Amino acid sequence: MRRSSQPVARRKEAGPTIIIAVLLLYLFLPIVATLLFSIAKDWQSSILPTSYTLSWYGHIFSDPRFLFAVLRTLLVGVLTVSLGLAVMVPVIFVLAVYFPKWEKLLQISVLLPFAFPPVVAAIGLIKLYSGGPVPLTGTIWILIAVYFILIQPFIYQSVRSSLRTIHAQDLMEAAEVLGSGKVNAFLRIILPNIWSGTLVACLLSFSMVFGEFVMGRMLVGGEFETVQQYLYNAMKVSGPSASAVVVTYFLFIFLISGIVLKLGRRKPGGYLAHPKPGGEDQ
Amino acid sequence: MARTGPIQNKIMLLVCLPLLIWIAAFELLPIAGMLVMSFQDDSGQGFSLGQYIRAFTSDIYLQAIWNSLKVALISSIVGIIIALVCGYAITRLSEGFRDRILMVSNMITNFVGVPLAFAYMIMLGNNGAFTLLFQKLGLDSLAKFDLYTENGLLMLYIYYQIPLAILLVYPIFHGIREEWKEASALLGASAWRFWRHIGIPMMLPSILGTFSILIANALGAYATAYALTGSNFNLLSIRIAALVSGDIFPNFQLGSALAVILALIMLLAMFLNEWMTRYSRRRGL
Repeated sequence: MRRSSQPVARRKEAGPTIIIAVLLLYLFLPIVATLLFSIAKDWQSSILPTSYTLSWYGHIFSDPRFLFAVLRTLLVGVLTVSLGLAVMVPVIFVLAVYFPKWEKLLQISVLLPFAFPPVVAAIGLIKLYSGGPVPLTGTIWILIAVYFILIQPFIYQSVRSSLRTIHAQDLMEAAEVLGSGKVNAFLRIILPNIWSGTLVACLLSFSMVFGEFVMGRMLVGGEFETVQQYLYNAMKVSGPSASAVVVTYFLFIFLISGIVLKLGRRKPGGYLAHPKPGGEDQ
Repeated sequence: MARTGPIQNKIMLLVCLPLLIWIAAFELLPIAGMLVMSFQDDSGQGFSLGQYIRAFTSDIYLQAIWNSLKVALISSIVGIIIALVCGYAITRLSEGFRDRILMVSNMITNFVGVPLAFAYMIMLGNNGAFTLLFQKLGLDSLAKFDLYTENGLLMLYIYYQIPLAILLVYPIFHGIREEWKEASALLGASAWRFWRHIGIPMMLPSILGTFSILIANALGAYATAYALTGSNFNLLSIRIAALVSGDIFPNFQLGSALAVILALIMLLAMFLNEWMTRYSRRRGL
């Protein structure tokens, strides 16, 4: 390091490559170990398994309890994300284009879940919604209600930055000058142009729902077993089948991350935004 | 800004109504309810500071607060140091490789909670692959490592802090301009002196901001510790959950007081972050 007094030329250095290789090894080690565990047929006293099998995957994918847990989680995810988008996208749009002063309030609401993590937020929720006029705990409805709150940041960030890239304000003004109504312009011009950002929001929300454990545990418990609850219970009974669940979960996350990255790279459908000089960044 | 008429204004605010109701019902009311409960006595009546006094005088809750802070601090410090080294290394890589590393980090941030605890049990649990390997190699001191202790928990926390820290720290390096390095090199400074006197001080506010996010991230965590040791390890989040949904008789009032304490510590960390971000923005970073 000390000797690198040629500042501009970015030479191939060995140091950074080694550091990153060690980092990747460290990050992937638990995942590889889980993968090996899930396909090991015989792994008693050797460093690597002596024979392999896919039977644990067959086992979990023929276990109705696991399949139902996946279906339940999917159902919660689909309902939460559709509700979240239907409620939030118009609000983000209206605030961004017509009432920018009020955006700060939405930003605070979006940030609140970070200050009140699930384990804290759950207390008030249990007290309010177990019994009383609206008994929701132990049902799918409470999960949808709180996951909606938890996915707010994803939807806000993705949709807001898409609106920014397409310069939604200019587009709306142009549409109105050309005689289009506001609702019409929103549905036919804005929505088709922000779909990729919206899709990113959906996918991030899905990976959140599939990874959420605390709210599920505290608010619903065994009555509505989601994937993470299933994993927690399986972990105590059978190591190999739990590891098959973990690997499946990780493949799912891998897939979602890949799609998000692809979508993030593409430009919104055919529209070439002209960056304003000195304009909004990010 | 686009123009609107008064009636349109009303229609647009109507669009916001469902979200307002939702936020009130499932975000604000529960928080308010928790605040109220934290000032009630055990039977849920009256106004008292008793729960807070209990939280700050009983050994078990003081220890939980202390343990939570300790685990959060250590995991954040180690996490951020490793992230700084790796973040710098990432800036030295080619662009395609850089994107891929960042994608991997992003993906691994999802690997927390139950799956993470389970993976570490497979590796380092009582019959874990590495535990057995160390035994075979005769490395007894390593083989005796007990995952189900504070050190084990720290290991898990550090693991999940690192990818998040990298994602947050990496952009900070963009603030360090190549010209500064050139200028200081021309003036005869070594790379070490550049980082010691220019690089690190310039990055410090952003680093502290990231640090506070990591602290909050560790303080609020529950699933990882719970999956590893059940309710055995004495952390604030574990105590809170045990008080309201555990096997023991629930005590929402005390649980609420502990939750308010946890939330206050986290809010403090977040304000620190906000403050540091503004500070570094003013300095043009």
